Amino acid sequence: MINHPSVSYIDNHSVPRVIFAGTRLIEVDLPVGTRVIYPNPPLEPLKDVDAAIRYAINHPHNAEPLYARLKPGMKVFIAVDDISLSLPPMKQPDVRERILHIVLALLADYGIDDIEICIATSFHRRMTAAEVRHMVGDKIFKAYWPDRLYNHDAEDKDNMEYLGTTDHGEEVELNKRAVQSDLIIYVNLNFVPMDGGHKSVSVGLCGYRSLKAHHNPKVMRKCHSYMDPASSELNTSVERMGKLANKHLNVFTIETTVNTKMFDDPLSFLMKQEDRWNSVERFASKAMIKTLDALPQMARQKIFERVHAPYGVTGVNAGETEATHKKTLKRGFEQFSVPVQGQADILVSGIPYISPYNVNAYLNPLLVTVMAEGYLFNMYRGKPLLKKGGTMIITHPCTDYFDHAQHAPYIEFVHRLLPQTRDAMKLHHMEEDFASNPAYIEMYRRGQAYHPAHPFFMWYWGEAGRQHRGRVIVVGADNSYIPELLGYETANSMHEALEMAQDTAPPSPQITLLHVPPILIADVT
Amino acid sequence: MSASYFDVDGTLVRTNLIHPTLYYLRAQVTPIKSFKMLARAFSRGPAMALAELRDRRLFNEMLYASFEGMTEDRLRLFSEEIHEEVLKPQLYKGARDLIQRSLDKGHEVVLISGALEVVLEHFAKEVVAQTIIANRLEVKTHRLTGKMLRPIVAGPEKALLIRQHAAEKGYDLNHCNAYSDSYSDVPMLSVVGHPAAVNPDAKLKQLALAYQWPIVDLDAGNERS
Repeated sequence: MINHPSVSYIDNHSVPRVIFAGTRLIEVDLPVGTRVIYPNPPLEPLKDVDAAIRYAINHPHNAEPLYARLKPGMKVFIAVDDISLSLPPMKQPDVRERILHIVLALLADYGIDDIEICIATSFHRRMTAAEVRHMVGDKIFKAYWPDRLYNHDAEDKDNMEYLGTTDHGEEVELNKRAVQSDLIIYVNLNFVPMDGGHKSVSVGLCGYRSLKAHHNPKVMRKCHSYMDPASSELNTSVERMGKLANKHLNVFTIETTVNTKMFDDPLSFLMKQEDRWNSVERFASKAMIKTLDALPQMARQKIFERVHAPYGVTGVNAGETEATHKKTLKRGFEQFSVPVQGQADILVSGIPYISPYNVNAYLNPLLVTVMAEGYLFNMYRGKPLLKKGGTMIITHPCTDYFDHAQHAPYIEFVHRLLPQTRDAMKLHHMEEDFASNPAYIEMYRRGQAYHPAHPFFMWYWGEAGRQHRGRVIVVGADNSYIPELLGYETANSMHEALEMAQDTAPPSPQITLLHVPPILIADVT
Repeated sequence: MSASYFDVDGTLVRTNLIHPTLYYLRAQVTPIKSFKMLARAFSRGPAMALAELRDRRLFNEMLYASFEGMTEDRLRLFSEEIHEEVLKPQLYKGARDLIQRSLDKGHEVVLISGALEVVLEHFAKEVVAQTIIANRLEVKTHRLTGKMLRPIVAGPEKALLIRQHAAEKGYDLNHCNAYSDSYSDVPMLSVVGHPAAVNPDAKLKQLALAYQWPIVDLDAGNERS
């Protein structure tokens, strides 16, 4: 089989690979024969996004056009994906702003003014006013914030409504205003294949009662993988709940896909394979590595927080939830899918500075494990990229630092609960008591903190990977106790980590570098 | 069973101990009497400010000395009015919610405050708190002497009182919560397993960050509250 252009092998002439280690970039020399899997180059974006949005809502999938559903005086609820999508946040105008402009103008034409726009945060942190403004633009922000544009509050018990229970016992409880509206329009930005579809409404607008059904270690262990909806028990549960919700609700979904153009200058060299860099890109890489090395962590963090991605919109689909999502997934995989032959004994990956749960905050130790065993391990369809019992090598300082405003409950989880046990099933028994701490709940409702159940969900997120992998070795950790708490080993260099990994690997192990970000999904056969 | 211990002034309401005191002193039988009592209280202002820096208990003693000579009836008569006009309007947006969530956890809700017990009785009914640990004033021949009955509920004494209360009720302090806005309440926050800084002053906020305690701003509200 001829290799896919996004797959290359290290040979005697290869230059070092440049990968993330938190807010640093590092050069790693990998053994000859190491397979490197890169993201596909960005697909050509749509030339006229506004026209594509208009076309999508006028020619929806398995549904009447949006205009045909509108009646003067009706109550409309618009739900929008939150700050976890995209990563990093899109340069303005965000595609959600474009959609909102078009949809709001259409609603105005039909004499509809009872409109509320809700950020579908579920148990994620509330977005700040500045973040919302960046996402929806000045005009919409000024017209709607804060009374008619606001964050979902899953702990506002008076504003949640129970809809019913699925035949699997999953309770569906959603935002009351959404339930009581004549029409729900969901505006999605699909960043990875686990986003969108039924997850948008039935997770984004739900509360604890619903989340418990699938955000638990039993369900997570049955996900193979999160990025392959057909093989994800999480997705199956969410679909059941979404189907039930849609029986009661009038939902019109608008979904979008973006390409892999995550970085512009001065980081655009990260969009190309190292062996194809020209002299300018080689210089830019060296300069960036040295600059970041010279700066303190806080400064590096601030620099990266200013990076907004120049993503291009590659697709807009609208209509009934499942039919729309099918099209979205197809378009998404056209961008992300990289065919890969054979699993790896040793899987190497850099851990970047950002995850869905730390936009504008430090990637704390719990999120390191979410990135490693949760996201990066799951970037596959078919077979896992890592063989059962294989070793993951990651690069991150694992600094014992947490953003107090966003991650206060994570601190107690890592420092009080993890020393007691790493067993997700045992931790699950502690979840309800921990997650009902009134102080943490008020931090979620009134501040910018993730819900106190969220650190548990994060641990469960890594559960499928944790059950599958053998060892995890961290390169470049600035301490050993945090990796130990996470169940990881440490190595001072990539060379040392590879030697350690080979102790438990078969002779001549297959070593693979998953070169992310940007995003890719390995289709492993 | 466990308990949640709440400081009141600055934590659940915006007011401090001075607001109800001034209300009492203003509400005397005649304007001249009010003037005299207020003048006496203000003359002690600088000394009270120094006492506050040194020891919260001393501050309380000096403040409540202003009540000397007031009838016990008056103390009781105006307590409900003070609750309605001073405390209740100044309740933080999230205060009721914080207390309700404690009740939902099955916790006994205890108000532990330097305020006067007679005023907090009404406040406790308002926020559905079950127990009050607060200050009481000495009464002789139906008049206040200006002296406080022991124990004085302030600073480190609060920690001791919480320990005693938990021991009497058989609560494990590791499972109890405490909430305060003030650095002077660090002892009280330190004895429980789940402390939280609520609307904290600068010193407490710094300490809460260092010890990684939750920090709650009950006045922040979300967009819709």
